[in-house]
Amino acid sequence: MRWTWASRPRRRPRVFRKLRRPLERLGHNFIEGIWGIGVMARFFGLVLASSGTSFSRFRLVMREVYFTGVLSLIIIIVSGLFIGMVLGLQGYQTLQRYGATESIGVLVALSLVRELGPVVSAILFAARAGSAITAEIGLMKTTEQLTAMDMMAVSPMARVVAPRFWAGVISMPILALLFSAMGVFGGYLVGVVLIGVDNGAFWSQMQAAVDFRYDVLNGVVKAFVFGIAVSVIATFQGYDAPPTAEGVSRATTRTVVTSALVILALDLVLTAFMLRDDG
Amino acid sequence: MLNSSPVSETLVDVDSVTFSYGRRPVLKAISMKVPRGKVVAIMGVSGSGKTTLLRLISGQLRPGGGAVRVAGQAVHELDGEGLYRLRRKMSMLFQFGALFTDITVFENVAFPLREHTDLPEVMIRDLVLMKLEAVGMRGAHRQMPSELSGGMARRVALARAVVLDPLLVLYDEPFAGLDPIALAVIGQLVRKLNDALGATSIVVSHDVQECLEIVDYLYFVSEGRIVGEGTPDEVRASADPLVRQFVHGDIDGPFPFHTASRPYAVDVGLAPPKAAPGV
Repeated sequence: MRWTWASRPRRRPRVFRKLRRPLERLGHNFIEGIWGIGVMARFFGLVLASSGTSFSRFRLVMREVYFTGVLSLIIIIVSGLFIGMVLGLQGYQTLQRYGATESIGVLVALSLVRELGPVVSAILFAARAGSAITAEIGLMKTTEQLTAMDMMAVSPMARVVAPRFWAGVISMPILALLFSAMGVFGGYLVGVVLIGVDNGAFWSQMQAAVDFRYDVLNGVVKAFVFGIAVSVIATFQGYDAPPTAEGVSRATTRTVVTSALVILALDLVLTAFMLRDDG
Repeated sequence: MLNSSPVSETLVDVDSVTFSYGRRPVLKAISMKVPRGKVVAIMGVSGSGKTTLLRLISGQLRPGGGAVRVAGQAVHELDGEGLYRLRRKMSMLFQFGALFTDITVFENVAFPLREHTDLPEVMIRDLVLMKLEAVGMRGAHRQMPSELSGGMARRVALARAVVLDPLLVLYDEPFAGLDPIALAVIGQLVRKLNDALGATSIVVSHDVQECLEIVDYLYFVSEGRIVGEGTPDEVRASADPLVRQFVHGDIDGPFPFHTASRPYAVDVGLAPPKAAPGV
Protein backbone atom coordinates (compact mmCIF):
# COMPACT_ATOMS: atom_id res chain seq x y z
CA MET A 1 0.00 0.00 0.00
CA ARG A 2 1.31 3.45 -0.92
CA TRP A 3 2.25 5.63 2.03
CA THR A 4 0.04 8.70 2.42
CA TRP A 5 -0.31 11.22 5.22
CA ALA A 6 -3.78 9.88 6.06
CA SER A 7 -2.50 6.29 6.34
CA ARG A 8 0.45 7.16 8.62
CA PRO A 9 0.71 5.01 11.74
CA ARG A 10 -0.80 6.94 14.63
CA ARG A 11 0.92 6.01 17.83
CA ARG A 12 0.54 7.88 21.05
CA PRO A 13 3.74 9.20 22.64
CA ARG A 14 5.59 6.56 24.64
CA VAL A 15 4.94 8.31 27.97
CA PHE A 16 1.15 7.97 27.47
CA ARG A 17 1.47 4.31 26.56
CA LYS A 18 3.55 3.62 29.66
CA LEU A 19 1.19 5.50 31.94
CA ARG A 20 -2.02 4.07 30.52
CA ARG A 21 -2.04 0.74 32.38
CA PRO A 22 -1.25 2.07 35.86
CA LEU A 23 -3.77 4.89 35.40
CA GLU A 24 -6.41 2.43 34.25
CA ARG A 25 -5.69 0.21 37.26
CA LEU A 26 -5.81 3.20 39.63
CA GLY A 27 -9.15 4.35 38.20
CA HIS A 28 -10.51 0.82 38.29
CA ASN A 29 -9.49 0.35 41.93
CA PHE A 30 -10.97 3.73 42.89
CA ILE A 31 -14.31 2.96 41.23
CA GLU A 32 -14.29 -0.54 42.76
CA GLY A 33 -13.63 0.98 46.18
CA ILE A 34 -16.54 3.43 45.89
CA TRP A 35 -18.74 0.63 44.56
CA GLY A 36 -17.69 -1.61 47.44
CA ILE A 37 -18.60 1.04 50.05
CA GLY A 38 -22.03 1.36 48.43
CA VAL A 39 -22.57 -2.40 48.39
CA MET A 40 -21.49 -2.68 52.04
CA ALA A 41 -23.82 0.18 53.04
CA ARG A 42 -26.69 -1.60 51.30
CA PHE A 43 -25.71 -4.83 53.05
CA PHE A 44 -25.74 -3.01 56.41
CA GLY A 45 -29.25 -1.74 55.65
CA LEU A 46 -30.36 -5.28 54.77
CA VAL A 47 -28.89 -6.63 58.02
CA LEU A 48 -30.83 -4.03 60.03
CA ALA A 49 -34.00 -4.77 58.06
CA SER A 50 -33.55 -8.51 58.69
CA SER A 51 -32.92 -8.13 62.42
CA GLY A 52 -36.48 -8.87 63.54
CA THR A 53 -35.78 -12.59 63.91
CA SER A 54 -32.69 -11.87 66.01
CA PHE A 55 -34.81 -10.12 68.63
CA SER A 56 -37.87 -12.36 68.47
CA ARG A 57 -35.61 -15.42 68.86
CA PHE A 58 -32.90 -13.93 71.03
CA ARG A 59 -31.36 -17.32 71.78
CA LEU A 60 -29.93 -17.23 68.21
CA VAL A 61 -27.99 -14.10 69.19
CA MET A 62 -26.98 -15.52 72.58
CA ARG A 63 -25.56 -18.61 70.89
CA GLU A 64 -23.38 -16.36 68.72
CA VAL A 65 -22.43 -14.21 71.73
CA TYR A 66 -20.91 -17.38 73.15
CA PHE A 67 -18.87 -18.07 69.98
CA THR A 68 -17.78 -14.49 69.33
CA GLY A 69 -17.68 -13.02 72.84
CA VAL A 70 -17.14 -15.74 75.42
CA LEU A 71 -14.55 -17.59 73.34
CA SER A 72 -12.66 -14.29 72.85
CA LEU A 73 -12.36 -13.79 76.61
CA ILE A 74 -8.99 -15.51 77.02
CA ILE A 75 -7.17 -13.44 74.41
CA ILE A 76 -8.82 -10.22 75.67
CA ILE A 77 -8.03 -10.89 79.34
CA VAL A 78 -4.43 -11.96 78.75
CA SER A 79 -3.72 -9.11 76.32
CA GLY A 80 -5.32 -6.57 78.68
CA LEU A 81 -3.24 -7.80 81.57
CA PHE A 82 0.04 -7.61 79.66
CA ILE A 83 -0.69 -4.20 78.14
CA GLY A 84 -1.59 -2.85 81.58
CA MET A 85 1.66 -4.23 83.01
CA VAL A 86 3.72 -2.69 80.20
CA LEU A 87 1.93 0.65 80.69
CA GLY A 88 2.76 0.41 84.38
CA LEU A 89 6.45 -0.17 83.73
CA GLN A 90 6.79 2.52 81.05
CA GLY A 91 4.66 4.97 83.01
CA TYR A 92 6.65 4.49 86.20
CA GLN A 93 9.92 5.16 84.39
CA THR A 94 8.60 8.42 82.91
CA LEU A 95 6.73 9.63 86.00
CA GLN A 96 9.77 8.95 88.20
CA ARG A 97 11.61 11.84 86.50
CA TYR A 98 8.92 14.26 87.68
CA GLY A 99 8.44 12.66 91.09
CA ALA A 100 4.86 11.77 90.29
CA THR A 101 4.94 7.98 90.54
CA GLU A 102 1.65 7.98 92.50
CA SER A 103 -0.05 9.10 89.29
CA ILE A 104 0.77 5.81 87.64
CA GLY A 105 -2.78 4.60 88.26
CA VAL A 106 -4.20 7.65 86.47
CA LEU A 107 -1.88 7.15 83.50
CA VAL A 108 -2.75 3.46 83.14
CA ALA A 109 -6.49 3.94 83.64
CA LEU A 110 -6.92 6.92 81.31
CA SER A 111 -4.80 5.34 78.56
CA LEU A 112 -6.88 2.20 78.77
CA VAL A 113 -10.45 3.42 79.14
CA ARG A 114 -10.09 6.27 76.63
CA GLU A 115 -7.98 4.68 73.88
CA LEU A 116 -6.20 1.38 74.29
CA GLY A 117 -9.14 -0.55 75.73
CA PRO A 118 -11.60 0.04 72.88
CA VAL A 119 -9.00 0.14 70.07
CA VAL A 120 -6.80 -2.84 70.99
CA SER A 121 -9.72 -5.04 72.07
CA ALA A 122 -11.54 -4.19 68.80
CA ILE A 123 -8.47 -5.15 66.75
CA LEU A 124 -8.10 -8.37 68.75
CA PHE A 125 -11.83 -9.01 68.36
CA ALA A 126 -11.53 -8.57 64.57
CA ALA A 127 -8.60 -10.99 64.48
CA ARG A 128 -10.21 -13.60 66.74
CA ALA A 129 -13.97 -13.41 66.15
CA GLY A 130 -14.25 -11.34 62.94
CA SER A 131 -12.06 -13.74 60.97
CA ALA A 132 -14.02 -16.71 62.38
CA ILE A 133 -17.35 -15.14 61.35
CA THR A 134 -16.07 -14.47 57.83
CA ALA A 135 -14.66 -17.96 57.43
CA GLU A 136 -17.83 -19.58 58.77
CA ILE A 137 -20.23 -17.61 56.55
CA GLY A 138 -17.89 -17.96 53.55
CA LEU A 139 -17.69 -21.73 53.98
CA MET A 140 -21.46 -21.95 54.47
CA LYS A 141 -21.76 -20.19 51.12
CA THR A 142 -19.15 -22.43 49.48
CA THR A 143 -20.89 -25.61 50.66
CA GLU A 144 -24.29 -24.28 49.51
CA GLN A 145 -25.66 -24.15 53.07
CA LEU A 146 -26.86 -20.57 52.55
CA THR A 147 -28.57 -21.48 49.27
CA ALA A 148 -30.11 -24.54 50.95
CA MET A 149 -31.50 -22.27 53.68
CA ASP A 150 -32.83 -19.85 51.09
CA MET A 151 -34.47 -22.78 49.27
CA MET A 152 -36.19 -23.73 52.54
CA ALA A 153 -37.74 -20.24 52.56
CA VAL A 154 -35.51 -19.23 55.47
CA SER A 155 -33.64 -15.97 54.91
CA PRO A 156 -29.87 -16.43 55.46
CA MET A 157 -29.67 -12.71 56.27
CA ALA A 158 -32.13 -13.11 59.12
CA ARG A 159 -31.02 -16.56 60.32
CA VAL A 160 -27.23 -16.44 59.82
CA VAL A 161 -25.99 -12.89 59.29
CA ALA A 162 -28.12 -10.75 61.63
CA PRO A 163 -27.56 -12.88 64.79
CA ARG A 164 -23.79 -12.80 64.23
CA PHE A 165 -23.89 -9.05 63.63
CA TRP A 166 -25.81 -8.34 66.86
CA ALA A 167 -23.65 -10.76 68.81
CA GLY A 168 -20.59 -8.75 67.75
CA VAL A 169 -22.28 -5.44 68.63
CA ILE A 170 -23.23 -6.75 72.10
CA SER A 171 -19.90 -8.48 72.82
CA MET A 172 -17.55 -5.68 71.81
CA PRO A 173 -18.28 -3.09 74.58
CA ILE A 174 -18.22 -5.82 77.25
CA LEU A 175 -14.90 -7.12 75.97
CA ALA A 176 -13.46 -3.59 75.87
CA LEU A 177 -14.52 -2.98 79.49
CA LEU A 178 -12.98 -6.28 80.55
CA PHE A 179 -9.81 -5.43 78.64
CA SER A 180 -9.55 -2.08 80.45
CA ALA A 181 -10.30 -3.64 83.83
CA MET A 182 -7.62 -6.29 83.33
CA GLY A 183 -5.20 -3.59 82.13
CA VAL A 184 -5.77 -1.55 85.28
CA PHE A 185 -5.20 -4.71 87.32
CA GLY A 186 -1.96 -5.32 85.37
CA GLY A 187 -0.86 -1.74 86.11
CA TYR A 188 -1.68 -2.31 89.79
CA LEU A 189 0.39 -5.52 89.85
CA VAL A 190 3.43 -3.75 88.39
CA GLY A 191 3.01 -0.37 90.10
CA VAL A 192 1.87 -1.34 93.58
CA VAL A 193 2.83 -5.00 94.10
CA LEU A 194 6.10 -5.10 92.15
CA ILE A 195 7.51 -1.55 92.35
CA GLY A 196 5.92 -0.47 95.60
CA VAL A 197 3.90 2.63 94.72
CA ASP A 198 1.51 3.51 97.52
CA ASN A 199 -1.70 1.50 97.22
CA GLY A 200 -3.99 4.28 98.46
CA ALA A 201 -2.43 6.89 96.17
CA PHE A 202 -2.72 4.55 93.17
CA TRP A 203 -6.48 4.04 93.57
CA SER A 204 -7.48 7.45 94.96
CA GLN A 205 -5.71 9.42 92.21
CA MET A 206 -7.25 7.15 89.61
CA GLN A 207 -10.69 7.64 91.16
CA ALA A 208 -10.27 11.40 91.19
CA ALA A 209 -9.02 11.68 87.61
CA VAL A 210 -11.22 9.22 85.75
CA ASP A 211 -14.64 10.64 84.93
CA PHE A 212 -17.35 8.04 84.42
CA ARG A 213 -19.31 9.83 81.70
CA TYR A 214 -16.42 11.51 79.91
CA ASP A 215 -13.87 8.70 80.06
CA VAL A 216 -15.57 5.35 80.73
CA LEU A 217 -18.81 5.97 78.85
CA ASN A 218 -17.01 7.49 75.86
CA GLY A 219 -14.80 4.39 75.77
CA VAL A 220 -17.91 2.22 75.74
CA VAL A 221 -19.40 4.32 72.93
CA LYS A 222 -16.20 3.85 70.94
CA ALA A 223 -16.26 0.09 71.53
CA PHE A 224 -19.92 -0.02 70.46
CA VAL A 225 -19.12 1.78 67.19
CA PHE A 226 -16.10 -0.50 66.59
CA GLY A 227 -18.35 -3.50 67.27
CA ILE A 228 -20.76 -2.34 64.55
CA ALA A 229 -17.88 -1.74 62.12
CA VAL A 230 -16.12 -5.07 62.73
CA SER A 231 -19.36 -7.06 62.64
CA VAL A 232 -20.53 -5.48 59.38
CA ILE A 233 -17.13 -6.00 57.76
CA ALA A 234 -16.84 -9.61 58.95
CA THR A 235 -20.35 -10.67 57.92
CA PHE A 236 -20.15 -8.79 54.62
CA GLN A 237 -16.80 -10.29 53.67
CA GLY A 238 -18.09 -13.79 54.42
CA TYR A 239 -21.36 -13.27 52.56
CA ASP A 240 -19.60 -11.67 49.59
CA ALA A 241 -16.70 -14.16 49.41
CA PRO A 242 -16.28 -16.05 46.13
CA PRO A 243 -17.34 -19.66 46.88
CA THR A 244 -13.82 -21.11 46.61
CA ALA A 245 -11.06 -21.98 49.09
CA GLU A 246 -9.00 -19.02 47.84
CA GLY A 247 -12.02 -16.72 47.98
CA VAL A 248 -12.73 -17.53 51.63
CA SER A 249 -9.05 -17.22 52.54
CA ARG A 250 -8.81 -13.77 50.92
CA ALA A 251 -12.07 -12.66 52.52
CA THR A 252 -10.78 -13.66 55.97
CA THR A 253 -7.60 -11.66 55.44
CA ARG A 254 -9.61 -8.69 54.18
CA THR A 255 -11.75 -8.78 57.32
CA VAL A 256 -8.75 -8.39 59.62
CA VAL A 257 -6.93 -5.78 57.51
CA THR A 258 -10.02 -3.67 56.72
CA SER A 259 -11.28 -3.87 60.29
CA ALA A 260 -7.94 -2.72 61.73
CA LEU A 261 -7.78 0.27 59.36
CA VAL A 262 -11.43 1.21 59.88
CA ILE A 263 -11.05 0.96 63.68
CA LEU A 264 -8.06 3.31 63.67
CA ALA A 265 -9.76 5.78 61.30
CA LEU A 266 -12.99 5.74 63.33
CA ASP A 267 -11.00 6.19 66.54
CA LEU A 268 -9.51 9.39 65.17
CA VAL A 269 -12.94 10.73 64.20
CA LEU A 270 -14.59 9.71 67.49
CA THR A 271 -11.75 11.09 69.59
CA ALA A 272 -12.02 14.43 67.76
CA PHE A 273 -15.74 14.55 68.56
CA MET A 274 -15.29 13.49 72.18
CA LEU A 275 -12.47 15.88 73.13
CA ARG A 276 -13.45 18.61 75.56
CA ASP A 277 -11.77 21.72 76.85
CA ASP A 278 -10.47 20.79 80.29
CA GLY A 279 -9.42 24.36 80.98
CA MET B 1 -36.20 -35.89 18.65
CA LEU B 2 -38.48 -38.33 20.39
CA ASN B 3 -42.18 -37.76 20.02
CA SER B 4 -43.87 -38.37 23.30
CA SER B 5 -45.23 -35.77 25.67
CA PRO B 6 -46.61 -35.91 29.17
CA VAL B 7 -50.37 -35.56 29.23
CA SER B 8 -51.46 -35.30 32.88
CA GLU B 9 -51.86 -32.04 34.83
CA THR B 10 -48.75 -29.87 34.59
CA LEU B 11 -47.04 -28.77 37.81
CA VAL B 12 -43.97 -27.13 36.29
CA ASP B 13 -44.24 -25.30 32.99
CA VAL B 14 -41.10 -23.88 31.41
CA ASP B 15 -42.21 -21.81 28.45
CA SER B 16 -39.69 -20.52 25.86
CA VAL B 17 -37.20 -19.56 28.57
CA THR B 18 -33.98 -17.80 27.63
CA PHE B 19 -31.16 -17.02 30.03
CA SER B 20 -27.65 -15.61 29.72
CA TYR B 21 -24.71 -15.22 32.09
CA GLY B 22 -23.52 -11.78 30.94
CA ARG B 23 -23.24 -12.02 27.17
CA ARG B 24 -23.00 -15.82 27.15
CA PRO B 25 -26.37 -17.37 26.32
CA VAL B 26 -27.01 -20.49 28.42
CA LEU B 27 -30.65 -21.32 27.63
CA LYS B 28 -32.14 -20.60 24.21
CA ALA B 29 -35.97 -20.58 24.19
CA ILE B 30 -36.24 -23.82 26.14
CA SER B 31 -39.69 -25.32 26.87
CA MET B 32 -40.72 -28.31 28.97
CA LYS B 33 -43.63 -29.50 31.07
CA VAL B 34 -43.45 -31.60 34.21
CA PRO B 35 -46.69 -33.36 35.12
CA ARG B 36 -47.86 -33.74 38.73
CA GLY B 37 -46.76 -36.92 40.47
CA LYS B 38 -44.03 -37.81 37.97
CA VAL B 39 -40.26 -38.10 38.24
CA VAL B 40 -38.65 -36.24 35.34
CA ALA B 41 -34.94 -36.16 34.55
CA ILE B 42 -33.06 -33.32 32.88
CA MET B 43 -29.87 -34.69 31.38
CA GLY B 44 -26.98 -33.23 29.46
CA VAL B 45 -23.25 -32.73 29.47
CA SER B 46 -21.59 -30.34 31.91
CA GLY B 47 -22.23 -26.71 31.00
CA SER B 48 -25.34 -27.51 28.96
CA GLY B 49 -27.55 -25.39 31.21
CA LYS B 50 -29.43 -28.04 33.19
CA THR B 51 -28.53 -26.73 36.67
CA THR B 52 -29.36 -23.22 35.45
CA LEU B 53 -32.78 -24.57 34.47
CA LEU B 54 -33.23 -25.97 37.99
CA ARG B 55 -32.28 -22.61 39.49
CA LEU B 56 -34.81 -20.87 37.25
CA ILE B 57 -37.55 -23.26 38.37
CA SER B 58 -36.68 -22.64 42.04
CA GLY B 59 -36.57 -18.87 41.51
CA GLN B 60 -32.88 -18.51 42.37
CA LEU B 61 -32.43 -16.96 38.91
CA ARG B 62 -34.81 -14.96 36.77
CA PRO B 63 -35.15 -15.71 33.05
CA GLY B 64 -34.14 -13.20 30.40
CA GLY B 65 -37.26 -14.12 28.42
CA GLY B 66 -40.16 -16.55 28.54
CA ALA B 67 -41.93 -17.78 31.67
CA VAL B 68 -41.47 -20.37 34.43
CA ARG B 69 -44.67 -21.45 36.19
CA VAL B 70 -44.88 -23.73 39.21
CA ALA B 71 -48.36 -24.78 40.37
CA GLY B 72 -49.76 -22.06 38.11
CA GLN B 73 -47.64 -19.28 39.63
CA ALA B 74 -45.17 -17.36 37.46
CA VAL B 75 -42.02 -17.83 39.53
CA HIS B 76 -40.13 -14.96 37.91
CA GLU B 77 -42.91 -12.48 38.74
CA LEU B 78 -43.02 -13.28 42.47
CA ASP B 79 -41.55 -10.86 45.00
CA GLY B 80 -39.37 -12.09 47.88
CA GLU B 81 -42.33 -12.92 50.13
CA GLY B 82 -44.25 -14.66 47.34
CA LEU B 83 -41.19 -16.68 46.40
CA TYR B 84 -40.72 -17.85 49.99
CA ARG B 85 -44.42 -18.83 50.13
CA LEU B 86 -43.93 -20.95 47.02
CA ARG B 87 -40.67 -22.42 48.31
CA ARG B 88 -42.45 -23.75 51.38
CA LYS B 89 -44.14 -26.13 48.93
CA MET B 90 -40.93 -27.18 47.22
CA SER B 91 -37.52 -28.40 48.30
CA MET B 92 -34.14 -29.05 46.80
CA LEU B 93 -31.50 -31.71 47.30
CA PHE B 94 -28.06 -30.30 46.62
CA GLN B 95 -25.16 -32.10 44.98
CA PHE B 96 -23.28 -32.67 48.24
CA GLY B 97 -26.25 -32.47 50.59
CA ALA B 98 -25.54 -28.96 51.96
CA LEU B 99 -26.22 -30.14 55.52
CA PHE B 100 -25.67 -27.53 58.25
CA THR B 101 -22.35 -28.61 59.68
CA ASP B 102 -22.78 -27.05 63.13
CA ILE B 103 -25.86 -29.07 64.12
CA THR B 104 -26.62 -32.79 64.39
CA VAL B 105 -28.37 -34.97 61.81
CA PHE B 106 -31.56 -34.75 63.90
CA GLU B 107 -31.44 -30.95 64.07
CA ASN B 108 -30.74 -30.74 60.34
CA VAL B 109 -33.91 -32.65 59.52
CA ALA B 110 -35.86 -30.77 62.19
CA PHE B 111 -34.68 -27.39 60.83
CA PRO B 112 -37.54 -26.77 58.34
CA LEU B 113 -40.10 -27.93 60.93
CA ARG B 114 -38.75 -25.57 63.58
CA GLU B 115 -38.60 -22.65 61.13
CA HIS B 116 -42.04 -23.06 59.55
CA THR B 117 -44.26 -24.76 62.11
CA ASP B 118 -45.19 -24.41 65.78
CA LEU B 119 -45.34 -28.14 66.35
CA PRO B 120 -44.61 -29.42 69.85
CA GLU B 121 -41.20 -30.97 70.44
CA VAL B 122 -42.68 -34.48 70.76
CA MET B 123 -44.25 -34.27 67.33
CA ILE B 124 -41.10 -32.82 65.77
CA ARG B 125 -39.16 -35.75 67.19
CA ASP B 126 -41.63 -38.28 65.77
CA LEU B 127 -41.66 -36.64 62.33
CA VAL B 128 -37.88 -36.38 62.13
CA LEU B 129 -37.34 -39.99 63.21
CA MET B 130 -40.00 -41.12 60.74
CA LYS B 131 -38.27 -39.37 57.82
CA LEU B 132 -34.85 -40.61 58.94
CA GLU B 133 -36.28 -44.14 59.16
CA ALA B 134 -37.57 -43.78 55.58
CA VAL B 135 -34.04 -43.07 54.33
CA GLY B 136 -32.42 -45.64 56.65
CA MET B 137 -30.58 -43.09 58.77
CA ARG B 138 -32.53 -43.16 62.06
CA GLY B 139 -29.56 -44.76 63.79
CA ALA B 140 -27.36 -41.78 62.94
CA HIS B 141 -29.66 -39.05 64.27
CA ARG B 142 -27.22 -38.02 67.03
CA GLN B 143 -24.20 -37.82 64.70
CA MET B 144 -22.73 -34.65 63.24
CA PRO B 145 -22.66 -34.23 59.43
CA SER B 146 -18.84 -34.43 59.46
CA GLU B 147 -19.13 -38.01 60.75
CA LEU B 148 -21.17 -39.17 57.73
CA SER B 149 -20.03 -40.55 54.38
CA GLY B 150 -21.10 -38.84 51.14
CA GLY B 151 -23.95 -41.28 50.55
CA MET B 152 -25.18 -41.04 54.16
CA ALA B 153 -25.09 -37.22 54.03
CA ARG B 154 -27.12 -37.33 50.82
CA ARG B 155 -29.73 -39.55 52.51
CA VAL B 156 -30.00 -37.21 55.50
CA ALA B 157 -30.33 -34.27 53.10
CA LEU B 158 -33.10 -36.20 51.33
CA ALA B 159 -34.91 -36.69 54.65
CA ARG B 160 -34.58 -32.95 55.31
CA ALA B 161 -35.85 -32.16 51.79
CA VAL B 162 -39.06 -34.16 52.28
CA VAL B 163 -39.74 -33.45 55.96
CA LEU B 164 -42.42 -30.86 55.13
CA ASP B 165 -44.02 -33.18 52.50
CA PRO B 166 -43.30 -30.85 49.55
CA LEU B 167 -45.26 -30.62 46.34
CA LEU B 168 -42.11 -30.50 44.25
CA VAL B 169 -38.61 -31.85 44.96
CA LEU B 170 -35.67 -30.67 42.87
CA TYR B 171 -32.54 -32.84 42.78
CA ASP B 172 -29.25 -31.31 41.67
CA GLU B 173 -26.88 -34.13 40.67
CA PRO B 174 -28.08 -36.49 43.45
CA PHE B 175 -25.87 -39.36 42.21
CA ALA B 176 -22.58 -37.46 41.82
CA GLY B 177 -19.59 -39.05 43.55
CA LEU B 178 -21.45 -42.04 45.03
CA ASP B 179 -20.40 -45.69 45.04
CA PRO B 180 -22.73 -48.05 43.11
CA ILE B 181 -24.59 -49.21 46.23
CA ALA B 182 -25.15 -45.70 47.61
CA LEU B 183 -26.14 -44.59 44.12
CA ALA B 184 -28.78 -47.32 43.82
CA VAL B 185 -30.06 -46.53 47.33
CA ILE B 186 -30.48 -42.82 46.54
CA GLY B 187 -32.09 -43.67 43.19
CA GLN B 188 -34.66 -45.95 44.81
CA LEU B 189 -35.32 -43.43 47.58
CA VAL B 190 -36.02 -40.70 45.01
CA ARG B 191 -38.61 -42.91 43.35
CA LYS B 192 -40.19 -44.35 46.49
CA LEU B 193 -40.42 -41.05 48.36
CA ASN B 194 -41.94 -39.38 45.31
CA ASP B 195 -44.65 -42.04 45.09
CA ALA B 196 -45.23 -42.27 48.84
CA LEU B 197 -45.58 -38.49 49.27
CA GLY B 198 -47.47 -37.92 46.03
CA ALA B 199 -44.83 -35.35 45.13
CA THR B 200 -43.31 -34.39 41.79
CA SER B 201 -39.58 -34.68 41.24
CA ILE B 202 -37.14 -33.10 38.80
CA VAL B 203 -33.74 -34.79 38.73
CA VAL B 204 -30.76 -33.10 37.10
CA SER B 205 -28.11 -35.73 36.51
CA HIS B 206 -25.40 -37.17 34.29
CA ASP B 207 -26.19 -40.71 35.31
CA VAL B 208 -28.21 -42.05 32.39
CA GLN B 209 -28.51 -45.66 33.51
CA GLU B 210 -29.76 -44.80 37.02
CA CYS B 211 -32.19 -42.22 35.62
CA LEU B 212 -33.54 -44.68 33.07
CA GLU B 213 -34.36 -47.00 35.98
CA ILE B 214 -36.27 -44.55 38.15
CA VAL B 215 -37.76 -41.71 36.10
CA ASP B 216 -40.98 -41.44 34.07
CA TYR B 217 -39.67 -39.04 31.48
CA LEU B 218 -36.33 -37.60 30.34
CA TYR B 219 -35.26 -34.38 28.67
CA PHE B 220 -31.83 -34.04 27.04
CA VAL B 221 -30.37 -30.54 27.06
CA SER B 222 -27.46 -29.46 24.92
CA GLU B 223 -26.15 -25.94 24.28
CA GLY B 224 -29.23 -24.43 25.89
CA ARG B 225 -31.79 -26.37 23.88
CA ILE B 226 -33.89 -29.50 24.37
CA VAL B 227 -32.36 -31.92 21.89
CA GLY B 228 -34.23 -35.07 22.89
CA GLU B 229 -37.00 -36.26 25.19
CA GLY B 230 -39.07 -39.33 25.91
CA THR B 231 -39.95 -42.10 28.32
CA PRO B 232 -37.11 -44.44 29.37
CA ASP B 233 -38.23 -47.05 26.82
CA GLU B 234 -38.33 -44.46 24.05
CA VAL B 235 -34.89 -43.19 25.01
CA ARG B 236 -33.42 -46.71 25.03
CA ALA B 237 -34.85 -47.36 21.55
CA SER B 238 -34.01 -43.93 20.15
CA ALA B 239 -32.09 -43.71 16.89
CA ASP B 240 -31.24 -40.06 17.48
CA PRO B 241 -27.42 -39.88 17.33
CA LEU B 242 -27.23 -37.36 20.14
CA VAL B 243 -29.43 -39.38 22.50
CA ARG B 244 -27.62 -42.58 21.53
CA GLN B 245 -24.24 -41.05 22.26
CA PHE B 246 -25.39 -39.90 25.69
CA VAL B 247 -27.10 -43.19 26.58
CA HIS B 248 -24.19 -45.37 25.41
CA GLY B 249 -21.45 -43.00 26.57
CA ASP B 250 -19.63 -42.83 23.20
CA ILE B 251 -16.53 -40.66 23.33
CA ASP B 252 -17.18 -38.78 20.12
CA GLY B 253 -20.34 -37.86 18.29
CA PRO B 254 -22.70 -34.89 18.21
CA PHE B 255 -21.34 -33.96 21.69
CA PRO B 256 -17.74 -33.28 20.51
CA PHE B 257 -14.80 -34.80 22.41
CA HIS B 258 -12.78 -31.59 22.03
CA THR B 259 -13.74 -28.20 23.39
CA ALA B 260 -13.96 -25.42 20.81
CA SER B 261 -10.43 -24.20 20.15
CA ARG B 262 -7.93 -23.11 17.54
CA PRO B 263 -6.46 -25.87 15.36
CA TYR B 264 -3.96 -28.02 17.28
CA ALA B 265 -1.23 -27.29 14.71
CA VAL B 266 -1.54 -23.55 15.41
CA ASP B 267 -1.34 -24.00 19.17
CA VAL B 268 1.83 -26.12 18.96
CA GLY B 269 3.44 -23.73 16.45
CA LEU B 270 3.39 -26.02 13.39
CA ALA B 271 1.15 -23.72 11.36
CA PRO B 272 0.87 -19.94 11.18
CA PRO B 273 -2.32 -18.60 12.77
CA LYS B 274 -3.58 -16.85 9.64
CA ALA B 275 -2.95 -19.78 7.30
CA ALA B 276 -4.90 -22.26 9.39
CA PRO B 277 -8.65 -22.45 8.84
CA GLY B 278 -11.01 -21.67 11.66
CA VAL B 279 -8.74 -19.22 13.47
